[in-house]
Amino acid sequence: MREPPLQESYRFSPAYSKSVEDGAPVLISRASDAHLTERLLRPLWRGGPFWKLSFLVTGFGALFFFSTLLYTALTGIGTWGNNIPVAWAFAITNFVWWIGIGHAGTFISAVLLLLEQNWRNSINRLAEAMTLFAIINAAVFPLIHLGRPWFAYWIFPYPSTMNVWPNFKGALPWDGAAISTYFTVSLLFWYVGLIPDLAAARDHAPTLFKRRLYGILALGWRGSGRAWKNWQVAYLLLAGLATPLVLSVHSVVSLDFAITQLPGWHSTIFPPYFVAGAIYSGFAMVLTLMLPLRALYGVEDIITTRHLDAMAKLILVTGTAVYYTYVVELFIAWYTGNIFESQLFLWLRLSGPYAWAVWLTFVLNFVVPNLMWFRAFRQRPVLLWIASVLVNVAMWFERFFLIITSQSQDFLPSSWAMYRPTYVDGAIFLGTFLLFGFLFLLFLRFLPFIPISETKELRHALVEEESRLEAR
Amino acid sequence: MRSGLLAEYEDPEILVRAIRALRREGIVAMDAHMPYPVREVLEALELPPSRVPIYCFLGGLAGASYAYLLQWWTNGFDYALNVGGRPLGAAPAFIPPTFEGTVLLAAFGALLSFLGFSRLPRLWAPVDEVPQFSRVTSDRFFLAVDATDPRFDRIEAENILLASGALSVSAFGLLPRKEAER
Repeated sequence: MREPPLQESYRFSPAYSKSVEDGAPVLISRASDAHLTERLLRPLWRGGPFWKLSFLVTGFGALFFFSTLLYTALTGIGTWGNNIPVAWAFAITNFVWWIGIGHAGTFISAVLLLLEQNWRNSINRLAEAMTLFAIINAAVFPLIHLGRPWFAYWIFPYPSTMNVWPNFKGALPWDGAAISTYFTVSLLFWYVGLIPDLAAARDHAPTLFKRRLYGILALGWRGSGRAWKNWQVAYLLLAGLATPLVLSVHSVVSLDFAITQLPGWHSTIFPPYFVAGAIYSGFAMVLTLMLPLRALYGVEDIITTRHLDAMAKLILVTGTAVYYTYVVELFIAWYTGNIFESQLFLWLRLSGPYAWAVWLTFVLNFVVPNLMWFRAFRQRPVLLWIASVLVNVAMWFERFFLIITSQSQDFLPSSWAMYRPTYVDGAIFLGTFLLFGFLFLLFLRFLPFIPISETKELRHALVEEESRLEAR
Repeated sequence: MRSGLLAEYEDPEILVRAIRALRREGIVAMDAHMPYPVREVLEALELPPSRVPIYCFLGGLAGASYAYLLQWWTNGFDYALNVGGRPLGAAPAFIPPTFEGTVLLAAFGALLSFLGFSRLPRLWAPVDEVPQFSRVTSDRFFLAVDATDPRFDRIEAENILLASGALSVSAFGLLPRKEAER
């Protein structure tokens, strides 16, 4: 399974030597196309390390998740810690957190494609799979939060016998439209990218059953010039369509909050604030998943330190944008002189009963991204992994205090209440990780997690560039 | 492509030369098969511009009008709901679902037209009968010359392909009768 470590043995081509301090080139391996194809397809036929054990654990974990959902649906929302006024609590915190994580996958696969960042080629498949599974987890929460999830389809406009239609002037139908579109378009984009690799899996399949299975999924892809030409155009168009989705989905989610009148929520800064936070936490989650995979599957020559470096820099950029909004929010709360805003931002958040969550977020989200100024943090997988986990912890607590504090103390002191989650809340949140792990393992086991044709295309471009420079 | 000749190449640059050699002889009905898109090959094939963007745009247009008109009719007329005295056809509030509808149908337009123009799904094609062809997704480049081309002559085309540096040249599908008689 493992290839010999290539960290020291690769040669720097003159084309890339200018940026040696940014880490290795985007692709170190110069193995032949056939070797590369066979190597990247190997996990499909043999499985990765410990896959049976991990399947067992996460498979039962997914069952555990479904049983917590079933318990909630059968018993009712009373099993949670929600109360009035804190009606949104854990479920919406988890929803916002998971849907935010998805954004980095789309950002990597779509925005970086349009910007011709070729380092995205080796990690986009993985990041997009993460997006899809994160959206699935996110979508569970508004569903069960309804209390009667079997009526969830009421959010969609269909000619019902009750002769009523959804009220499109509210944010919830927008949310339904945004999330279902986001999932569908992400799935289409992911699938279009997968077609050439599914064909490679078909042509290398060891058994007739697998050959048929991948053959049907590949739709009979033969890599013809005509097909590649249309594929490239369709892939670019889908990237162009997914790009505004990166900005719009979390904006719509933030409108769920911004459209209300509550202090701390009723703010025009919310859409950009949410989008920056979403991409920030998503990049952290990509790193959390990618770093162990890279070591386990021994693909350090395909996902190189250059990738880690670039991802870390994006964490720094988006993290700084998030921090800027924290400062602006506090400044505006003070500057407006509005008593409710000041009460919420300056008293309740900074020194109230939830101040620990607020300060945890403020400290972690300041310290962790700013460590990325240093190459030692950007290029050391272990340190970067710890940083990425801390970012997501901080981002979860950010959504937690954002949602809880505004509801728990609004305009009328007589309706103030504290919020405390129950064990069911915790079990459902834990369950989302297990379901996510299960889906992600299925993906690793049955689909090539590094795009094969795109890696070969990248290799071809690099080899051409190198030979041109050597000839000069 | 029902029938013709399939030449195998190791290097896309040699494939480009073969395409040019065939075109010089007036043979234009051909297609390359590649493990990854190579710009030079796509240019040498002189394919017509892709029509996928047109269908993507039409999809987007359909999605935008469907989403907007649905909201306008349901909230403004069929179930007119007065929310705080705001206009029934509140255009700004209808923008987010209109945008989502645009993106959704544009994406389907791009996907379906890509599949249609690439003639997919097509689980079997005559070229699949050539044993070497299974390496098309791994590391080999192929050039398929269509036997229906008016200038197609089996012997001549085979010679051009072999002279261009093909590793192998195989016939696929049922070649036209006049070719088989020779």
